[in-house]
This record gives sequence, structure tokens and C-alpha cells, in this order.
Amino acid sequence: MKNRLFILALVISLISIPLLAKGRQLTCSGSTTVLPIAQATAEAFMDLHPEVNISVRGGGSGVGIAALQNGTVQIANSSRPMKAKEITQARSKGINPTPYAIALDGIAIVVNDKNPVKNLTIAQIKDIYTGKIKDWSQVGGARLPIVVVSRDVASGTFEVFNEKALSGSKVISSAQLLASNNAVASTVGNTPGAIGYIGLGYLTKDVKLVSVNGTMPSEKTVKDNTYKLSRKLYMYTNGKAAGDVNRYISFIQSAAGQKIVKDQGFVTLN
Amino acid sequence: MNKRKLSNILGTSLMGSMLLITAIFLLIFLIRMFSKGFAVLSPEFFFSMPRNAMTEGGIWPALVGTFLLTTLAMLVSLPLGIFTAIWLTNYARPRWLVRILRIAINTLAGTPSIIFGLFGMAIFVNLMGFDVSLISGGLTLAILALPVIINNTEEALRAVPVEFRDASLALGATPRQTIMRVLMPAALPNVLTGAIISVGRVAGETAPIMFTAATFYSRRLPQGPGDEVMALPYHIYALMTEGTHPGSQVPIAYGTALVLLLLVLLISGAAIIIRSSIRRKRQW
Amino acid sequence: MKSFKEKTFRSLTYLAALLTIACMLGIIAGIFGEGMPLFRSVGIREFLFTNSWYPTHTPREFGALALIVGSLVVTLGALIIAIPLGLGSAIFISEIAGNRLREIAKPVIELLAGIPSVVYGLFGMAFLAPLLREWLGLETGLNVFTASVILGVMIVPIICSMSEDALSGIPRNIREASFALGATRIETIFKAVIPAAKSGIIGSVLMGFGRAIGETMVVLMVAGGAASIPESIFAPARPMTSTIAAEMGETVMGDLHYRSLFALAILLFLITFVSNLVTELVFLKKRDA
Repeated sequence: MKNRLFILALVISLISIPLLAKGRQLTCSGSTTVLPIAQATAEAFMDLHPEVNISVRGGGSGVGIAALQNGTVQIANSSRPMKAKEITQARSKGINPTPYAIALDGIAIVVNDKNPVKNLTIAQIKDIYTGKIKDWSQVGGARLPIVVVSRDVASGTFEVFNEKALSGSKVISSAQLLASNNAVASTVGNTPGAIGYIGLGYLTKDVKLVSVNGTMPSEKTVKDNTYKLSRKLYMYTNGKAAGDVNRYISFIQSAAGQKIVKDQGFVTLN
Repeated sequence: MNKRKLSNILGTSLMGSMLLITAIFLLIFLIRMFSKGFAVLSPEFFFSMPRNAMTEGGIWPALVGTFLLTTLAMLVSLPLGIFTAIWLTNYARPRWLVRILRIAINTLAGTPSIIFGLFGMAIFVNLMGFDVSLISGGLTLAILALPVIINNTEEALRAVPVEFRDASLALGATPRQTIMRVLMPAALPNVLTGAIISVGRVAGETAPIMFTAATFYSRRLPQGPGDEVMALPYHIYALMTEGTHPGSQVPIAYGTALVLLLLVLLISGAAIIIRSSIRRKRQW
Repeated sequence: MKSFKEKTFRSLTYLAALLTIACMLGIIAGIFGEGMPLFRSVGIREFLFTNSWYPTHTPREFGALALIVGSLVVTLGALIIAIPLGLGSAIFISEIAGNRLREIAKPVIELLAGIPSVVYGLFGMAFLAPLLREWLGLETGLNVFTASVILGVMIVPIICSMSEDALSGIPRNIREASFALGATRIETIFKAVIPAAKSGIIGSVLMGFGRAIGETMVVLMVAGGAASIPESIFAPARPMTSTIAAEMGETVMGDLHYRSLFALAILLFLITFVSNLVTELVFLKKRDA
């Protein structure tokens, strides 16, 4: 009898907790490219505003956008602009996606640091990823089969890469589909014959940056768009950002926030 | 030595070596986990929040999250499971319903955990609108644990000598009184053991909570059943696959894995000890 | 006459039983309900037999053949590793080992069974895969082989404990008769005991199969992730479970992609359901209520 009373009390207290004062909560999820920026700025923001809690998740731009449409997050981190189809779909569910650019990025083409290749043209990148070029010797490297590393369907980085480098062609089916920028960086760093693409903030010492059409991605070449694979990083909200959401996004766009963007390895807005 | 003797010796050694290989694998596994994980463990690791883009600090919110998820799951599945098992062993009529129930239990037991996760997402998160939260994850895990609890409780009840029930009924007790005052207390040690082992299993599950409860990073502890939680198994997965700074985060993943491993081992160990100590005290 | 308490108690237990059945029905209804509509737009033939999984491409394609083959290949690999290890250990524990060895061996196996799958995944991804890549000079350690090894060790406890139950359930007189006729221990085991325990052993293998094909975390972290039919055991693969887990969050409720993942779940569910059914009806003795 005593046990039952105890259990009952526990259940009631568990349920009644939300009736007590609940702190302000912000959830954002999506792009793994935006993730380090989101996390670092969230921490800084929470230091300034301790009464707000920001919860950050990854999963890929597609995950964030889907969550925004399902109404389960307030901010969708996305490393690509939303497609027209997605916007229509969101509107039909009563969600009005509004984009806020929070940083700039260049999609870096990386190879293993032991690979001698220094430059690739967009045409070569496309042929490698669609499977027409299979060996490094065909692009000026050693005789070594190319291990194609790509991202999975949720990735905004993949979508932008697909559009700008591959012109929408299908990636060869034997390519490895990894879940995050980080996974691509580690795999390329560990695999001598690998090629991959990552956000600028994910460069590690085990991978080598390759110039594209002769241009290296840098703050300058991304800002003036001479680097072909430049893009904006976004946070999408439902309708115009308001309240804590607005405060958070404004923080990221402010000088303090943009400094964090730069510290994380990405490019500031201006 | 003739051929038959030779093949006997070879055969025996072969079988033994199978066991040996398995044991060696376990050894390598444990050594690796302990050595890599131990380096990270410290009181700070257990009790502080993650800091600096999760490259420093501890896993306290994940511990709390796992604790809450597991507690909620058990609060739902224990009563449900035990009462179902009681029905199965005492009231099972009509026959066709019993068959359907058995099919249900076995189906639930054999369903892959990812399907529970999908179901949880579709029903609790989306349809019922609970969102990614403690309650969605807890309910999903409860359904996962249900078949194990039912089977275990049923076995425990059946292990009670039938004389107990007969004696109780002969003394005039009603079925309810017999179950609650005689059979259940007698079966309790085994039921408890099974429940404790289920706790260990539920705490280690990742797929069901991936999209129903878990989040990568949250500074604050969950305030109520509607909040998302960090959880130990998801933390390991997220750090390994989505981590932003692998150099410092892989060791944290190892540390988290070690904590989870120790938790599960401790729980199983406790269950086994309870079971044997009660067996010893038992007079039948 | 039944008092109020009696009736309430009985009804409560009845309710619990009904709720349990409702859970099963809920899961079946849930995944079938969300998944079947896919087949209005994509033919079952195309889904099962085309090797073209491009759910976000334009035009979208849902040919799951590579995923299905991926699941089967990894599971088969796991069984190839787990059956010798598990059955061999079971035979040793049940027939050969002395009592003291048995007391040590059984907890070892139980320990393996308790390890959470994500920890196995971590071990595979951070330790075994890079190791194998270096030793064998592979392009990547995240492939069918590594996944099969880890998955195999994961299901050893299932095969071992169920086979051991089956073997120890065989009455002593079979062994005694065999020894009396002059057979060696190994001959007794393989020619008398195992044939007698055949159904239990096959049942354990089927259970291992069901567990392996439904496993998610290990294959998600270790099998690679290329949605193509693996050309060799050292190529990456993407089983159905990995695909569901990897793409689940990305889909929007009601979307075709969302439905395709549920369709995969239907397939997975059917495979494990049938496997369990066969195991129970044919191979295991079940006691009646």
C-alpha cells in the first residue's frame, strides 16, 4: 500500500512540474555545418541571458527544415536555401519560413594530406563524383583509386555541392554517404585515396585543401564570390523572428556573434 | 593414436577455442573501453555540464536524461507488464484472446528497436503532439521493455509452487488476495531481477530515442516531461557522428561509453546478487 | 458472488492485457498506415527490385534493392561469425566443460549480451575499423566485413545461450547410451546430442538472424553508408535499418520520402515477424497458458 502511494506521488509530481515556472526555451536543429556556430553562439548568448535555454541539434539541413515544417523547432539551421517545394509544403501546414543569413561559407574540396593533387576544375570534380574519373592518375595524382566520400540526403552541404559542382547529376552509387561534415573530414583524413567536401570550419590537419578552378577558398574569395562554391548559411524561422528567437539571431548577426563565426573557421557576413 | 581419438581431441579443442575467441574478444573490448574511457573520467566529468562546444566539461545532463527516461519507461511498463502477466497466469479466458496476446508479446519482443523509434516519432511526437520530449521517449521505451517484463513476470509467477495457490484458496482467500498477498510476494525476487535487468537494457537503447527524446546539446536540465533530454547512448552516437571537434570529443565519447557500460554492468550485477541472496534465504 | 474489489482487480488485469495487444496493433497499424500509401506512387516491384535509392533527387527514386541486399549481406556475415563461435561455445559449456569452467563461462556470455549496441558501434568505428584498414590495406574500415564482425559478436550470446539450453535439455541417457557403445565425446556430441537438439539449435540461429537484421546502431556506425550493392565484403553497405535511422529526421510527415522509410520498416517488420513465427511454430516448444 505504501509503495502504491509513493508511486502515485511520484507520478503526480512528474506531471505537475511543468505547471511550475518554466524557463524560456529555444530549440534549433539542422545543418551540421551551422552546428558549431549555433552551439558556440548559443553558449555565449546563454552566458548573457541565463534565463533562456537554447537546445541545439544536428542531423543535417533537411532535418531542421522538416522539423520546422512539423512545428517541432523554432529555428531551422540550414546550409542551403529552402527549395520552393519545401516552402509551399510548409505554408500548407501553416508555417511561414523566413530566412536569416548568419554567416558565409565556402564548400572546401578536401583530399587526404598525403595526396599531391593541388587543384581540380569543376568539370573534374563532377566527373569524379559521377564516376567518370576513377583514378587519381587521371587528374595529375598518383595511381590510386579514388574513394568518393559524400553526404547523405539530409545534408544542405550536399545540396549546394550538387547544384554548384555537379549541376544536379547523380552521385555514383558506390560513394559513401556520411552523416556530417565531421565524418567526412575524419574519413578523408584517414583514407589515402579519398576526396570529400566540407564546410570551411571543419578543416583539420589531416586533410588538404584543394583549389577549385585555381581559386582557394578564403575570406576574400568567399565574400566576393570568386570562389565558385561559396554559399550563405541560414537560420529559418516561422514568420518574422520575435522575442527570444529574434534576440538570438540578432546576436549572431552582431559584431560579437560574427566574431564567434570567425573563430569557428567560417566567414563573416560582411 | 588412432584417428578417432585424434579427432576427439581436435574437436574438443576446437569447441574450446570458440569459447576462447569469444572471451578474448570480450577482453580486448573491455580493455579498450576502460583504457580510453578511464582517462576522461573524473568527478567533474560526472557532475558538470558540457562546455566550450562540448569539447570540455561533463556529461551530467546526459546522466540525468537517461535516468529520467528510464524511470518514466519503467513507471509505465512495470505496472502494465506485471498486470498483463497476472492476467495470463490467473485469469486467462477466452482461449483465443490468450493466443492473440501471446502473438502480441512475441511480436513486440522481436520487433527491431528502430521500428519502435519510428512508431514513437509518428504517434507520440507528431500525432499526439508531444514533440521531441521526455514523455515521447519514455513511452516509446516503455513499449520496448513491455514484452521482457511480461515474460519475466509470467515465468516468475509460474515458478511459485502451485501448493501456495491451492493453500491460499483453500483457506478462503479470493483470487485477488491470493495473487497480491501470496503469489506476487513469492515471485517478487524474480520479478525484481527482471525489472532491474530491463532497466539496464532500456538505459542503453539509442534508436528509440533518437527522434523521440534526445537532443545533442542543452545547457539546462529538463524541467518537465515536455522537455527534450540529453541521454548517454545518444550522446555517444552524436559525438562520434556529428561531433564538431573530434580530437577532444572522441575521448569524451569513450568516457560516456564507459559510464554507460559500468552502469549496465552494475545494474546486472546488482540484479544477480539480489536474485542469489533471495534464493539462498528461500525455504522452498 | 464477486465483490467490487475482485471485479476491479480482474478488470485491471484484463485492461492491461488488452493494452498490450493494443500496443502491437498500434505498431502494426502505425507503420502499415504510414508506409502502404507509398505503393500508390511507387510499384512494389520497383521498390523491392530496383537498385536506385535517390529519395531527394529530382526525379525521386525509391529502389531499395541495395538496402535490402545490404541488410542480408551484413546479417549473413554476422551469422557466419556467430554460429561457429556461439554453437562451439555452447557445446563446450554444455558438454565438455567442468562445473568450475561453466560457472565462469556463463557470466562471460551474459556480459556480452548486456553491452549496449551503441557501445559496440563505438568500438567498431573508433577501434576496429581503423585497425582493419591498416592491417588489410583497405580503402575504408567501415564496411560489410567490420560490421559483420561486430554484429556477429553481438549475437553470439543469443545463439550460445539458446543452443546451450537446447543441448542441456537433452536427457542424459542419450549420451550414456552413446558412451556405452564406445563413442568418443566428440562423436557423441555430433552424432547423438546435436541431432537430438537440432530444432533448438536452428531456433537459436533464427533468433540470431532476427536480432542481426533488426540491429541499427552497429550498422549505422560501422557499415559505411554507400547505398549500393556491395561488390566485396570490404565494400561499404547501407542496410535498411541504417537508412531508416539516417534519413528519418530529414523527412516531413506525409511526404513520399517519409512514407518510403515506413515502407522499409514494413519490410523489416515482416521479415522479423515471419522469422519469429517460424522459429516459434517449428523449432521451439512453447508451453501453453
